[in-house]
Amino acid sequence: METKKMALIATKGTLDWAYPPFILASTAAALGYEVQIFFTFYGLQLLKKDLSGLKVSPLGNPGMPMKMPFGPKWFKEISWNIPNAVQSLVPGYENLATGLMKQTIKNTGVASIPDLRDLCQEADVKMIACQMTVELFGFDQSDFIGNIEYGGTATFFEFAGETDICLFI
Amino acid sequence: MNFDKELDARGLNCPLPILRTKKSLSELASGQVLKINSTDPGSVKDMQAFAKQTGNELLSTAENGGEFVFMMRKH
Repeated sequence: METKKMALIATKGTLDWAYPPFILASTAAALGYEVQIFFTFYGLQLLKKDLSGLKVSPLGNPGMPMKMPFGPKWFKEISWNIPNAVQSLVPGYENLATGLMKQTIKNTGVASIPDLRDLCQEADVKMIACQMTVELFGFDQSDFIGNIEYGGTATFFEFAGETDICLFI
Repeated sequence: MNFDKELDARGLNCPLPILRTKKSLSELASGQVLKINSTDPGSVKDMQAFAKQTGNELLSTAENGGEFVFMMRKH
């Protein structure tokens, strides 16, 4: 049986959007796929050595439930309806939301992003950083983890053109 | 049923039970059986899909008070 292939383009640099590429890539690798992820624009944040800067922003995101990850059951079930105006004016609101999200992730047994990324690397998922964006954003290769490649669109197409699954995230 | 290795994936959520299963199977020889314990309800369908796509054989699935037990034979 020929090895199946999957290519992903990861373009988002937030804690919530860090999940889809790493979950899909690690699972595909476990299923025997050969996987490549091309990280471009804000997606480059997912290749940083230090991932503690990844945040989630509830601002302008009406789909995000705001629930507390602690306290009695009745308290946890409350969905806090906080207006955008308040979210944008209160300093540190994003940090607060990020802290709550990380606690919820822990409580529900969902893997952390650093863990999922490690699992991807262990499973030989090939990660490519967009060279153009690295320069555009003024990043340095020393900002990023090792064992990744740097390349451009043509590098992506070389693999993507032969894949069974190809997604833009 | 006899098994050669046991994996405790309780408390873990998608996709960790599958990733750990894959890792545990890699430590077994062909024909050996892995017992997997999980609390993730999604793992019931996922284990079937994993077995189908990887050629490993899902021998049984059982539920016991919110816990799932799978027996998988390595391809």
